[in-house]
Amino acid sequence: MEMNSKTFEPRIIGFLCNWCSYTGADLAGTSRMKSAPNLRIIRLMCSGRVDPSFILRAFQLGADGILVLGCHPGDCHYQEGNFKALRRVHLLKRILRDFGVDERRLRLEWVSAAEGEKFAKVANEFTEEVRALGPLHLETNVLSQSLGGELETQEVAA
Amino acid sequence: MSKPKLALYWAASCGGCEVTVLDLAEKILDVAGFFDIVFWPCAMDFKYKDVEAMADGTIDLCLFNGAIRNSENESMAHLMRRKAKVLVAFGSCAMDGCIQGLANLTTREEILESSYQQTPSTVNPERTRPLPLVAAPEGDLDIPEFYDSVRTLAQVVPVDYFIPGCPPQSAQVLTVISAIMQGAVLPPVGSVIGAGEKTCCEECGRPRKEKHLKRFYRVWEAETNPEECLLDQGVICMGPATRSGCGALCVKANMPCRGCYGAAPNVIDQGAKMVSAIGSVIDFQDPAEIDSALDQIADPVGTFYRFSVPNSMLQHKQSSA
Amino acid sequence: MRKIVIDPVTRLEGHGKIAIFLNDDGEVANTYFQVPELRGFEQFCVGRPVEEMPRITTRICGVCPEAHHMASVKACDAVFHVEPPPAAKKLRELLYSAFYVGDHTLHFYALGGPDFVVGPDAPASERNILGVVRKVGLEAGQKVIELRKRAQRVVSLIGGKAIHPVTGLPGGMAKSLNTEERDEIVGHTAYFLEFAKFTLGVVDQVVLSNQAYVDMILSDTYTHRLYSMGTVDENNKGNFYDGKIRVVDPDGKEFVKFSPRDYLQVLEERVEPWTYLKFPFLKQVGWKGFVDGKDSGVYRATPLSRLNAADGMATPLAQEQYERMYKTLGGKPVHQTLATHWARVIELVYAAERAAELARDDEILSDKIRTIPTATPSEGVGSVEAPRGTLYHHYVTDERGILQKVNLIVGTTNNHAAIAMSIRKAAQGVIRRGVEITDGVLNRIEMAFRAYDPCFGCATHSLPGKMPLEVEVFDSHGTLLTSRRRGSV
Repeated sequence: MEMNSKTFEPRIIGFLCNWCSYTGADLAGTSRMKSAPNLRIIRLMCSGRVDPSFILRAFQLGADGILVLGCHPGDCHYQEGNFKALRRVHLLKRILRDFGVDERRLRLEWVSAAEGEKFAKVANEFTEEVRALGPLHLETNVLSQSLGGELETQEVAA
Repeated sequence: MSKPKLALYWAASCGGCEVTVLDLAEKILDVAGFFDIVFWPCAMDFKYKDVEAMADGTIDLCLFNGAIRNSENESMAHLMRRKAKVLVAFGSCAMDGCIQGLANLTTREEILESSYQQTPSTVNPERTRPLPLVAAPEGDLDIPEFYDSVRTLAQVVPVDYFIPGCPPQSAQVLTVISAIMQGAVLPPVGSVIGAGEKTCCEECGRPRKEKHLKRFYRVWEAETNPEECLLDQGVICMGPATRSGCGALCVKANMPCRGCYGAAPNVIDQGAKMVSAIGSVIDFQDPAEIDSALDQIADPVGTFYRFSVPNSMLQHKQSSA
Repeated sequence: MRKIVIDPVTRLEGHGKIAIFLNDDGEVANTYFQVPELRGFEQFCVGRPVEEMPRITTRICGVCPEAHHMASVKACDAVFHVEPPPAAKKLRELLYSAFYVGDHTLHFYALGGPDFVVGPDAPASERNILGVVRKVGLEAGQKVIELRKRAQRVVSLIGGKAIHPVTGLPGGMAKSLNTEERDEIVGHTAYFLEFAKFTLGVVDQVVLSNQAYVDMILSDTYTHRLYSMGTVDENNKGNFYDGKIRVVDPDGKEFVKFSPRDYLQVLEERVEPWTYLKFPFLKQVGWKGFVDGKDSGVYRATPLSRLNAADGMATPLAQEQYERMYKTLGGKPVHQTLATHWARVIELVYAAERAAELARDDEILSDKIRTIPTATPSEGVGSVEAPRGTLYHHYVTDERGILQKVNLIVGTTNNHAAIAMSIRKAAQGVIRRGVEITDGVLNRIEMAFRAYDPCFGCATHSLPGKMPLEVEVFDSHGTLLTSRRRGSV
């Protein structure tokens, strides 16, 4: 457990879309740009695939900050998906606020396939912002049952 | 041969789930004829000690309504789990936390402060607060203490089945109990019963169009067209995120669904699902226009999670996050 | 000092606990009536849009959600400074009257009534609806079931759902009635009236013709001279849905008559540390403790108080019965707590007559049932007579109609002090040195509060819970001498 924000290493989850932002991240990698290792990437076909419950689940399971990266407006491979993501993130931030979770822990950015540098910049900046916010330490009851069958135990985020 | 044993218990509840059982009307006599009702505090005088004295697992079916708010609720949850073969979370309080779950968005301290200090009719200059233990002139007095938040039954003990609704509609309750009385094979443990497998929209009957919403209306603001989907008309209706089974009674009375039957099948967080749905149908792309439209949704957390704060993924307001 | 604990209490909605302290002579020194639950509606409703309150506050109580729905929607009318069309008010009052018929029936036959119908000393297993049915006949039981079914049906036709109605809106109602629905309701109201007359018959045959019961009703043990509160129309006749709130003093003279919005000038609430429920009292008289009399601010808001506070009933058969009750009991006002059961049946008759009147009024078919608010919302108070007492909902909102402050004084809360006093006096009357504390003795104490038809779920805006009854007797060293339990927990 981190006591000091200088040594606290935030756990950042990134939901990246296959066509633009994931490719952009890849480019950052192959160009050997330095980007914070705190970010663990989950690739989806489109930012519009990011169900708000994925974001909440990531917080539940220990994420301190969450990035949603998609194609620039007008460039979405599926036309409208990134706009859906934009609206969902805006609305979810209000919900997070009412639940006492700092809405700055969720961020949406547009990153194209060619923007390796932007990807690295966003990853680094966001990591530092979340570091300054401190660990999330979500308080939840331990036992939670998913409907339809198996009992699922989640430990309180460490 | 002895009759199967039935128990009904109410934890932190409004009593509506008891009334819905009474609303079985004359059918309740059939139920009382088939089962040996061994425990039903609302209507009968059986003793707590009688239940404790039973061998574990001898109660065939226990319908447990109400949420877990204090230590007494919790110990009864454990007791009924031990004594019942089949434990059912009956109604929204037991399953999702229900409307009293909105207290999870505030704190115990805020509740005590407002109830005993701030309301305009309360005059309390000494700042007297109810206490778990008080020394009165004649002797000691005690009352149970509350937990800081509301919990669902499944957050305290393993639950076999869930019957949703605030309250579960009597007709659904009858369907479930009749099926059990006729010896039906029970579905897999953990299933939702006494409800449908679709969303409330399925039962609504109003024509739906592809949605392009630019404006939201609160229920007081406009008269709606009873022949058109409410969400199409800009009125937030929880139908898309809510499980079917109630008959869409509210919408048939021209009021939007508020989600009392809990999350739709395969949805874990009802409010998050509604965020997803609303996000899909707002017809703006510019962030500023999006925010203006969202400003017209008066209370997203209290509307999307009206019945399900305790059973949501975040469960309650974080003290500092 | 010896302590006897009764925990919980049976045959009422809610959770309650009684502690009885005995002095060295074995007489009752004091009693404390404790309500151990709280949910916090006044706080967690802050931030909610005010027009959602009629659907949120019903969850204070699943037995009387209609009362909260109506008080709430009237408060919303006041917040939005909007007047509903007459047809909307009639629809609301019709729903409300049907609810009253069902609710008073439930109390008389299943909760308070059994004490009279089977007798206070009957075994516990008989003192419930089944015992009533055995005494009065199976047909009676079937009538009760049928009555409740019809009452719930009327509520759902107007309110959308029977338990937790939904159609009340600021400025009116969401749904009108068509002719088919209205005709069905007319049929139900005819049944209500027949059933009300049947219940009057039960009161006559089983209670009033039994001298022992009449003596118990008139005994000093169950009498308190207190102020009475009730809502009256412009003719000072009782009305459940709307009117001004009138308080008469223990001698029956009008003390104050006020509009709901002025309730803060009349009422204040006290906090005690040994119970979660607060104690309202009359501000202008002042809090003098748990005592009777004109100088004590304690008041009652029960069916009996409502009849005391009114000059009569607005419908003919109810008026006839009102006159009969006062004649039988020696004039107005009546202070014998157990007479509340009789007053409740008279109210049942009024509700049935009123429902029939409203159902036959053609305006009930109108589709002009909404006035859309145009003024900026701010603040408002709505009140109705809940079956258990005057119910106040007070909302303060911002200019968007989002709640900033909520205050609720719920039916049974009005009676909290009086209930505590009734329990103490009953305990002092029946527990004496050398007298064994039997089940019957305890039941006579419970009868003192059961007459109020308390709903502590409502009262603490918490959840009613189980009401088992536990009595423990401790000696002065705190050693448990004996304990007896009824019900669960």
